[in-house]
Amino acid sequence: MAVTLRGEDMTVTIQLTVNDQDVSTVVEERTLLADLIRDHLNLRGTHRGCDTAQCGACTVHLNDEAVKSCNVLAVRAAGCRVTTIEGISRGTQLHPLQIAFRECHGLQCGFCTPGMVMSALDLLRLHPEPDETLIREQLDGNLCRCTGYENIVNAVLMAAQSLRK
Amino acid sequence: MHPFSYCQPRSVADACAALRADSESKLIAGGQTLLPSMRLRLIRPSQLVDLSLLEELRGLELDSGSVTIGAMMRHAEVASDLQVRRHIPALAELASMIGDRMVRNMGTLGGSVSNNDPAADYPAALQALDAQIITSLRTIRAADFFKGLFETALAADEIVVRIRFPVPRRAAYVKFRHPASRFALVGVFVADTVMGPRVAVTGAGACVFRVPEMEEALSTDFSPEAIEGIGIAADNLNSDLHASADYRAHLISVIARRAIQRARMAGG
Repeated sequence: MAVTLRGEDMTVTIQLTVNDQDVSTVVEERTLLADLIRDHLNLRGTHRGCDTAQCGACTVHLNDEAVKSCNVLAVRAAGCRVTTIEGISRGTQLHPLQIAFRECHGLQCGFCTPGMVMSALDLLRLHPEPDETLIREQLDGNLCRCTGYENIVNAVLMAAQSLRK
Repeated sequence: MHPFSYCQPRSVADACAALRADSESKLIAGGQTLLPSMRLRLIRPSQLVDLSLLEELRGLELDSGSVTIGAMMRHAEVASDLQVRRHIPALAELASMIGDRMVRNMGTLGGSVSNNDPAADYPAALQALDAQIITSLRTIRAADFFKGLFETALAADEIVVRIRFPVPRRAAYVKFRHPASRFALVGVFVADTVMGPRVAVTGAGACVFRVPEMEEALSTDFSPEAIEGIGIAADNLNSDLHASADYRAHLISVIARRAIQRARMAGG
């Protein structure tokens, strides 16, 4: 099945799944995945921080891998599976990683947190038993200006433990 | 971002034709350099030719003595590929050190090589391993490919299809990276190859370069001590707010010795 349909005026109709929901939407060819998520789909948990692919606040999963949504064209997500921070909890039941961030005080202002959580999820998928060094290394694409990272690392360690159970 | 038209060709020939049809076109592979450059208004292509659907640019092949990697292989794929890790572990390690996790999940080998950023990691590996760049038109040796600052031997309508890396006896890449940008202030790839020892430096000059004096010294003794005292002239090196040319020259010697030590320990 075609997942892109070209329209007039540099617009494209794309089909994808976002948080397990089928989505069909018209975007401009220059629309970024971050803008599709925030402005078209109204999922405001994905944050636009630097808008130059440096801070990681806009991190989402594209086919289960962490990417910076401000640095991917929306048309590239056609036919793909996108997961945002809204897609990892079940209703009011938070994901173990979110619980760990809360328990460990892994956030202060919270702006970087959605990106941090989505990156950490990708990290835990590949490294279910990370140590502190590996966490610091693998989260180096996500900037936090409040916490000093200490409690973020603690939260990921705690989540790794609870996810292994 | 300025508007542009966008196409997703289904063959390399179609992609080349799209480039010929519009001279202001740009290819987009992973887009990790291109998209920020467009948003910062550094470039304004009229058309993006997306390579993501081209099966011809994917995959990895092993034959006697070499590993051939498709241009659209992403850094994360090269870093975790078992064949690459087994036959050229230094190349897998290099890929694992590019950018951050999210960049590695999008950025590609062909994109990095074609862009030829002066601080990119892959060009050092291609130079040190005497890689061959197989394009839509021909095969180019790495020594003839990297021409200067963001400049390569590629013609305007030529596309990198895959890259063939001869397997070295032993090799290592050591990078002194800028802690924020993760780009190499200096990165040195050393390899002990059938053609002789190779030392390739990225991050220090306008373009990746080899250090023949070090290679000659290593040909009789592949050890850090062999290149002790071989100085690098700072004349043509980069000087910016991150590091002076003198500091980079000093780093090259230090990092090259560390890389040789690492290659001796690691093998392959």
